[in-house]
Amino acid sequence: VGKLSRIAWVYIGAVIAAAAVAVARGPFTGVHWTQLVALGLLLAACESTATLLSQRSLAWSPNTIPSLAAVILLGPVGAALVGCFTLLGIRRGPSPAQRLFNTGMFALSAYLAGRAFLLFGGHVGTPTPQSFPGIIAPFAGAVVVHVIINFSLLRGVLFLTREPGSPAGRVGLDFKLLLTDMGYAAFGLLIAALWSVLGPFTPVLVIIPLLVSRWAVTQFAAQQRAYESTVSALCQAVETKDFYTRGHSERVSRGSVMIAREIAMRAERVEAIRYAGMLHDVGKLGVPTSVLQKNGSLTDDEYAAIQLHPMRGLDIVREIGFLDEALAGIMHHHERIDGRGYPMGLAGDEIPEFARVLAVADAFDAMTSNRSYRGARPVPEAVAELRKWAGTQFDPAFVDAFVTAIERDGWKGPEGAPAGADQATAEDAVPADKLSGGLTPADLLPADLLPDEVLSGAVAEPADELDAPTEPFRAIESI
Amino acid sequence: MAARRHEPRGFPRQVLDSGQSLLVVFAGVLLIAAVAQTAALGVRDVRAAVAFGGLIAFGELLRLNLPGDREAAPIATAGALAYALLIRVGDDPARHGPEQVISVAAIGMLIGALPHLAVGRPARLSAMAARLVAVACVAAVFRPLVDHSLIGSRWWSELPVMVSLVVLAWLVEAVIAALIRTDLLRGRFGVTLLDEFHVQLPLGAAVGASALLISFAAEVMGLAAVWVFTAPLLVTQVALRRYTGIRATYLQTVRALARVTEIGGYVETGHSARVSRLAVSIGRELGMPEPALLELEYAALMHDIGQLSLREPIPGGATVLVVREEQRRIAEYGAEIIQEARVLDTVADIVRRQSDPCRPAERSEEPPLSSRIIRAANAFDDLVGSSVEPSRAAAAVQRLRLDTASEYDPQVIEALSRLISRRSVLGP
Repeated sequence: VGKLSRIAWVYIGAVIAAAAVAVARGPFTGVHWTQLVALGLLLAACESTATLLSQRSLAWSPNTIPSLAAVILLGPVGAALVGCFTLLGIRRGPSPAQRLFNTGMFALSAYLAGRAFLLFGGHVGTPTPQSFPGIIAPFAGAVVVHVIINFSLLRGVLFLTREPGSPAGRVGLDFKLLLTDMGYAAFGLLIAALWSVLGPFTPVLVIIPLLVSRWAVTQFAAQQRAYESTVSALCQAVETKDFYTRGHSERVSRGSVMIAREIAMRAERVEAIRYAGMLHDVGKLGVPTSVLQKNGSLTDDEYAAIQLHPMRGLDIVREIGFLDEALAGIMHHHERIDGRGYPMGLAGDEIPEFARVLAVADAFDAMTSNRSYRGARPVPEAVAELRKWAGTQFDPAFVDAFVTAIERDGWKGPEGAPAGADQATAEDAVPADKLSGGLTPADLLPADLLPDEVLSGAVAEPADELDAPTEPFRAIESI
Repeated sequence: MAARRHEPRGFPRQVLDSGQSLLVVFAGVLLIAAVAQTAALGVRDVRAAVAFGGLIAFGELLRLNLPGDREAAPIATAGALAYALLIRVGDDPARHGPEQVISVAAIGMLIGALPHLAVGRPARLSAMAARLVAVACVAAVFRPLVDHSLIGSRWWSELPVMVSLVVLAWLVEAVIAALIRTDLLRGRFGVTLLDEFHVQLPLGAAVGASALLISFAAEVMGLAAVWVFTAPLLVTQVALRRYTGIRATYLQTVRALARVTEIGGYVETGHSARVSRLAVSIGRELGMPEPALLELEYAALMHDIGQLSLREPIPGGATVLVVREEQRRIAEYGAEIIQEARVLDTVADIVRRQSDPCRPAERSEEPPLSSRIIRAANAFDDLVGSSVEPSRAAAAVQRLRLDTASEYDPQVIEALSRLISRRSVLGP
């Protein structure tokens, strides 16, 4: 959050002032100072475990636990005072203004939750076994009020500090998070209930398993990130064999994920297709560099070596404990809907879904990237080509999904590639001698490999025909 | 989970050697004695016994694998410890003896292990035995204290005793696990014990705290508390399971992608896998801790990845035969690739320094131990290849030994030599 607008300052000031007034009005009777300090320190500890959420600079921490425990043990004013300990949380990231706002927000939420608890007939003080189950209804009311106030205040500040132009509605506070908060709030009741037997040691015991569970979750997330960046680094290593495909794997992965999300695949399948996209060309390693980088037409043998690459890729990744779907996707990403692809010549629905998704993203990135013999095409042109070959080369459903996603979210191609239609056609930028070399290995695509052409041996064609409209579009260019 | 198939494992799962058999027999005797005594004395407070037994069975059902082929059943352990530490349920004092704790824990564990057995995942008896022994220790100390009302009725008098007993249980389990590992992997006990502490500490803390919470909460909330306080452990378990899964996938991926050099014809088939196995064995022989061994394994798997930068593969991929300058270039290039990953900087450094001789000129410092190990393991594999002939291996070690003055680290070569002679005694 950089500069805040004046209205945002007013809002933040109002929240803090409201919290301060609530505390100042008292009364302080019934506030036990040991409980207050113990719960306050617990809150500071909770605040210190805040984990960043994916969107914007939002973080989440299990602060509802101490807040709700304070509602029962100390009442509204005490709970608001406990909320003030948010300021002591050890966190990197939030600016002083954010910290103050967070503190005011938690204090105010806790105060109102405390009021709600009393309103619904709850009694402040350490619960005894006789308090159950009567305490549950007012406690549940307090939890709902706390979570709703907290979320509303947060939504307000997100709205006021949003970056100009970003849609106001999407601020990344989803229903799941709300439920998580309520789930954690239940531990507040447990702390209060245990106070009669464990005294101020209760928060310590309750927080240990919660901290460890947070730790385990972050460990998992860190490991996953590490994994992703390692896979992508190794894929780049594979790509160094062919200068023109730098970043290709990464972009195919991104494109496949866009399609997968658009057709609402389950989360773990989206994950799998992300890796499948990253690794789809790994079998290129099995193709001699001299063939990959050859400038000129290929012999039948060299051609056969190239056609083997999806199988080689499968050989390499077979040992990895991925979903089988990802493996099938890597093996079949050069199949065509009309059955004229390789390695198996599958057609239509016989082709695994992952492979059909990868084929679209693969072709699109190949079209929008530079090649040794031609420049990158602008996105609209590539989209038109995808549309044109939907049904023969590509699955039309996935083409539609991809186009929808690109139109909404845009496409980030390789650096130096044209982004829009207004740029000069890519061919202009390529020296004529580059174009005259005929088909280069990097340009081999199923469309060029129609059986008769393969049988005829040399697949070289006049360069100007490469992009002639009558020619089947060489979409799957990257091998 | 498919990922588990390829867990790093230096030993077959079902072979129990003498130390482990002793432990399992001991636990079995303990179980029989406890059940017999419980039967003779009669079960006290059946409801609590059933509730805790159910929790233990549930926890055993949800047991999970931790990194490094370890097994844990956090919820079962927490439940068993809580039952051992139970003082009151509601207003009624808990009067069960240590023999009943051991019986309930053992029977719960066996019931929880049954579904695993039914789907063809036999229980790891030594791990279960270790858990049972740890619980038995706590019960043997704490139950008599409760029985003779030696334990106070206020938290500040009970808690220190209970906390120390939970720590004791954790230590017992860690020491047993470390003993078993030392035996199996021929590591050093001190190192394996530290590894064990390192892996088990966070989970152990959560288990211990949950056990205390459950036994105290039973006083306020009755037996419902048994289930309520397992919630954080459940979250932890789900996350840890996914963590272990992705770690395994990570290793498999690096292994698989390390093979791209083989498929590209740059190195001999199986070279990276053999070098990494050998390097890890040498590292363990030299007493390297587990995190360093993992980095060593990654580096060894990827030590040749820099060859991808060569336009034409070296014949046979034997880096020991190419000139120093070329080796250095390959190592440097490999390190650059790995550095791209941003999370493997140590690994990149190990790969970068692998071509440096171990007695460098005064201008630079000695390469890290892992680099020296990979250098030796790589040279050994270049000379021996996939051959399993002991005489050839011995000759290769002999040749490397001649070079120890300048090229290879003498202690690494000695460790390699010990491994080779042991292997030729035991067979390949």
